[in-house]
Amino acid sequence: MVTMSELHKYGRTKLIMPGTAACPGCPLQIGLRQLIMALEGKLTLVIPAGCSSVIPGAAPYTSFTVPVMHVPFASSPSVASGLVRALRARGVDGHVVVWAGDGATADIGFAALSGAAYRNEDIIYILADNEAYMNTGIQASGTTPKKAWTTTSPRGKAEDKKDVALIMLMHKVPYVATASIAYPIDFIDKVRRAASIRGFKFIHLHAPCPPGWKFPDDYTVKVARLAVETGMWILWEYYQGKLTISPPSAPYRDKQRRKPIEEYIRIQGRFAQLSKDDVREIEAMVDQEWGVLMRLANIFNIS
Amino acid sequence: MINQQNMINRGVRRIMVGDHAVAEAVKMARVNVVSAYPITPQTLIVERLSEIIDRGELKADFIRVESEFAALASVYGASAAGARAFTATSSHGLFYMYEMLWWAAASRLPLVMAVVTRALGPPWNIHDEHTDLLAIRDSGWIIGMASSVQEAFDMTLTAFRISEDERVLLPVAVGLDGFVLSHTTEPIYIPYQEDVDAWLPPRNPKVPYVIEPGGEPVTLGNLPKSDLYHELHKAYMDESMGEAKRVITEAYNEYSKLTGRDYEPLIECYRCSDAKYLAVTMGAWSGDAEIAIDELRNEGYQVGLIRIRYIRPFPDDELLERINGVKGVIVFDRDYSMGFGGILAGELMGLVPSNVSFKGVVAGLAGVDVSPSEFQTIIRDFINNTEINGAMRVRRWWYIPNTNGGD
Amino acid sequence: MIKVSSIYVKYLLSRPAMGAGGKTGTWRVRKPIVNLDKCIKCGLCWLYCPENAIDWLEDKTVTIDYDYCKGCGICVDVCPVKAISMIDERVV
Repeated sequence: MVTMSELHKYGRTKLIMPGTAACPGCPLQIGLRQLIMALEGKLTLVIPAGCSSVIPGAAPYTSFTVPVMHVPFASSPSVASGLVRALRARGVDGHVVVWAGDGATADIGFAALSGAAYRNEDIIYILADNEAYMNTGIQASGTTPKKAWTTTSPRGKAEDKKDVALIMLMHKVPYVATASIAYPIDFIDKVRRAASIRGFKFIHLHAPCPPGWKFPDDYTVKVARLAVETGMWILWEYYQGKLTISPPSAPYRDKQRRKPIEEYIRIQGRFAQLSKDDVREIEAMVDQEWGVLMRLANIFNIS
Repeated sequence: MINQQNMINRGVRRIMVGDHAVAEAVKMARVNVVSAYPITPQTLIVERLSEIIDRGELKADFIRVESEFAALASVYGASAAGARAFTATSSHGLFYMYEMLWWAAASRLPLVMAVVTRALGPPWNIHDEHTDLLAIRDSGWIIGMASSVQEAFDMTLTAFRISEDERVLLPVAVGLDGFVLSHTTEPIYIPYQEDVDAWLPPRNPKVPYVIEPGGEPVTLGNLPKSDLYHELHKAYMDESMGEAKRVITEAYNEYSKLTGRDYEPLIECYRCSDAKYLAVTMGAWSGDAEIAIDELRNEGYQVGLIRIRYIRPFPDDELLERINGVKGVIVFDRDYSMGFGGILAGELMGLVPSNVSFKGVVAGLAGVDVSPSEFQTIIRDFINNTEINGAMRVRRWWYIPNTNGGD
Repeated sequence: MIKVSSIYVKYLLSRPAMGAGGKTGTWRVRKPIVNLDKCIKCGLCWLYCPENAIDWLEDKTVTIDYDYCKGCGICVDVCPVKAISMIDERVV
């Protein structure tokens, strides 16, 4: 497990150059810094259209400190496949990481993601999920939660969130995990375990967005943490054939220990229109999600 | 002094279909990464490359992707990491790549793609026309169109040389007619591998840049600080297209020393040095048009044929030189731009002075055969009409053969 | 000699620099101030700072680069001992 004392060596390193074009309190920046720390800077990023196309600022400069390819919306898993094949053929090591949003992953780029996963390409794929098309101004995506307001779901989204990580698990890839920007140690450890495996690795990173979810800029980490503490976002890991609930989420296997989901929902403007019944419905969905994962943890349990 | 006798068709004579000739050229170019998705009539290329790689005859990675979009995206990624890369497609597959075509070209990375030309639906139709290839003409790809199996081989091999040249750094599309070339057997000459190796050394992975972990932290493609940068970047692309003309010429000059086969680089002229009238074609039906020219010459018509080999960069100066002084130009398009007419006719018309007779003919779409005698009749009518009534100016004329629609 | 290829990619490739998105400190309406007497040198504010505007120094104290700090206030939220407070830029 990575420790703060180990990370201290990056204390004065600009993993991202300050002065980015990101909104104040942007979760993507938090996650990206942790990712670069985890891989000690030895990575190449492939970034599809989305907030992270804009965040690095204006050419001929960039806030990103590693080699980066910005590529069309649906193409990042495919570009990364070709990139890594050519690098390995040339004997170059280091990690090819797709850093993609939810639209690029769950929607427009889904076929390419499925293709790269099933071919077991040697890629780390991070879905940095802010649960809507934020760069174009908050439109609903395949991972926008049920009942959440967006500009294209003005009365709240009718459809449930796609469970992308479980879909990737069924691609039989060697590593799948969920993570949260509020739990950097857990995320960094996961990236490092993923990096130790050759093949396709998928990490679904929960990334609350202040303007998109309508909460104050300083609540990014608080909201991400509440998602875990209420059981609404479950941290788990599939590694070496075994699916486990990760330590930060482990206490919440017991429903009694979860905070009331209202604590998560009521601080976000996107859920402002939810009735008590809506909240009960979401709670039932959370219980069901836990049921599925606990059963999967029993199924994928080599011991 | 080169011994001309020894230079003629240096290499091994083999018999193969157009698609396999393309695959053979890719093998001889020692490509590092191949990615493609099956689509008729391109499929034979990927099947053959898959076999060649599987047998170890080519040390390369074959990425079996889930779509044409992914095929182009993955060879593009491979090129960014320094590989020599190749893909191939047709028709709907090419259109499924459309967004990536533009992104790849403007990234200034070398790539080669074969486009086995085919009609676009509906209705479904796997037969030949050039509309697919010509629909990418504005994207920044250099676009060649072969007229024989031998030329499909030669054009594919030279494409790597042209694309990787530091003065060019643009992707190259090599067109060949679906079925007419792709599935038709012809005897061709294959050069010796050592000759090819000397002429086409491995790609320098650092040119123009390489994206690799631990490498220089360059970012490709973030928003420009000034839109003027973006505009200048595109102006450089167009300038490189201009440079590509010289590079194509050089490449074929050297290639002819290697193989003994001489091509006029951008356009080829058949019996047009003294011609008063010119017909213009592109692709495999040019052979049928040549027969028509021979017949018309026998009838006493002073007519020649221009065959376009590269439509991008547009061979404007080369065409002007030939058009200068003629009485009429007739262009045959196996393609269309709806609401406009034939694409080649539209592009050439601007080079033809208003006192010179001009006619654009749209014909042979969806694989409909146009025989030498049909070419002959259409060209003869054009010349006679011009001689009697003076210069005409017809941008589009649909030639539909009188067959009762097959009933 | 300038290589042709480097000319052609001149307007395509970017290199890392501070302030590529602007002098983002000017966006700020509230400013975080660290009380080093209270600071327990845990580094959490550094770890979570989205802008990489906080340095975690050799002695494990922290310093904020106000040229680029956007004033989001996450450092205040994650500080376990409330050693960071926000002050209104418009007042000071």
